[in-house]
Amino acid sequence: MPLTKNIHLDRQPPDLKAYESGGGYEGLRKALRSMTPAEIVEEVKASNLKGRGGAGFPTGVKWSFMPKDAAGPKYLVANADEMEPGTFKDRFLLEGNPHQLLEGMMIAAYAMQVNVAYVFLRGEYKRAAQTISRAIAELYAAQYLGKDIVGSGYSLEIRLHLSAGRYMCGEETGLLNALEGKRANPRAKPPFPPVSGLWGKPTTVNNVETLCNVPHIISNGATWFKGLSRSKDGGTKLYGASGKVRRPGLWELPMGVTVREILEEHAGGMREGLRFRGLLPGGASTDFLTEEHLDVPMDFTEVQKAGSRMGTGTMIVLDDRTCPVGMLWNLEHFFAQESCGWCTPCWSGLGWIERILNAMEEGRGEPGDIEKLTFQTKFLAPGNTFCALAPGAAEPLQSGLKYFRDDFERHIREKRCPWRSM
Amino acid sequence: MLSPEEQREIEAELPHYPTKQAVSIDAMKIVQKHRGWVSDEALEDIGKFLGMSTSDLDGVATFYNLIFRKPVGRHVVYICDSVSCWIMGATSISDRLTARCGARLGESTADGRFTLLPIVCLGACDHAPVMMVDDDLHLDLEPAKAEDILDRYK
Repeated sequence: MPLTKNIHLDRQPPDLKAYESGGGYEGLRKALRSMTPAEIVEEVKASNLKGRGGAGFPTGVKWSFMPKDAAGPKYLVANADEMEPGTFKDRFLLEGNPHQLLEGMMIAAYAMQVNVAYVFLRGEYKRAAQTISRAIAELYAAQYLGKDIVGSGYSLEIRLHLSAGRYMCGEETGLLNALEGKRANPRAKPPFPPVSGLWGKPTTVNNVETLCNVPHIISNGATWFKGLSRSKDGGTKLYGASGKVRRPGLWELPMGVTVREILEEHAGGMREGLRFRGLLPGGASTDFLTEEHLDVPMDFTEVQKAGSRMGTGTMIVLDDRTCPVGMLWNLEHFFAQESCGWCTPCWSGLGWIERILNAMEEGRGEPGDIEKLTFQTKFLAPGNTFCALAPGAAEPLQSGLKYFRDDFERHIREKRCPWRSM
Repeated sequence: MLSPEEQREIEAELPHYPTKQAVSIDAMKIVQKHRGWVSDEALEDIGKFLGMSTSDLDGVATFYNLIFRKPVGRHVVYICDSVSCWIMGATSISDRLTARCGARLGESTADGRFTLLPIVCLGACDHAPVMMVDDDLHLDLEPAKAEDILDRYK
């Protein structure tokens, strides 16, 4: 399994020398010495690598949107602002093997002829800040960064930016504003970042896990990468499970293993005495899946067919002793708090939703509340807001209302949370 | 006045970005590292240094939850309240720590030792519930264990 084979969190991550002795920076050398930028983009397209931040957009296609002959600077940003609740995969890659990310960034930057790249890291990831800044310093010392990298004539600067909180910074255009030293409100799209990104210049933003795949694709080829997968989406995937399962954790597995395989074989199934009720397959902003979906392959296409999204691939599991209404209150509290306040459906709607769910949990739910919540999920739908925060917030709620409707009704009818006395 | 050290550290960030404003968040974090928080006076000084109005800079400062516009205790305790930690009992952790500290979330202890803050997902959900004290992540918490951990921060 390429992404995690050299990761041992109980030790220091591989330094430059150790990383190189394991084949590190061979992908970069190959890219700089024997491939044109266009060939790299084509190879990544052919690999079927899809964006691992959650949206699943084909990475090579995204890269091909960058203008080839624009005057002035172009930028690449590694989105290391992992803050999707229930997601803990990028931290593992950042702390465990920082050079893998940096090599991926260097190849990506060369492919798009970018000369300045940033790692946008969330401020709470203290250990990752150390591992990444040490690795960047090693690269400058070895003249892998700066001017004329390994005699290729290509120059690249990489800088680490430590953020100061807020979920909105993980949103592509919010991130660009944050990096410019502004509030992380989203921007209108179009223009998309490859046309007008950081400081109005062409910019590509890629997720950490996405970039970590790139050196392996270039070293071993698109065909090899596709062969790692059990689905049409190429490669492996870092899957995780949290909640009341026997063995919560993170595993790199072939793309397309089933939900059941992750939940039962890797996470060990539910804890003693608990029954499975549902799960969010890839972070807080994905729709619930239930028992009937356990044999769905975890890839971008199949999970979508089942009515949800793979998202970040780290699942949050709901058991039968945890209140689904309480869980949704927690989720919507998060989204309401993290709304930047830019779009009305988001700042107004999410606050309203949170108050209704809070009231239900405290025994103050009223007839008509379920209908109000249902209306709100439509109000938050894609197209009504600048970014995906509000539509993402609607996903667990709309599916929760569908699959756990009896639980909502009981809260209103009994004027209490039935789980609180348990 | 910004100290010479603060000025030096802020200046070291400038070449990494094409505009001065891009350094605003770094600059506030630098000042906060030295003083614990960003006062009105500090904000004005940073604004002057970067050529930004104080109100624009405050608009940035108040957006970001890791920039403190009020004094905080010697140790900042960030208790994760996102979904995986909630399922695994985060509420019992914050209930215990707020009772022990005699301070609610968002408040500081009377002796100035701790500030308790809620924080969104810390990305350690397979070890929920979790909290961070200053720069240290603490995993697999139970109420008594969380209380013992606080004892270590004097």
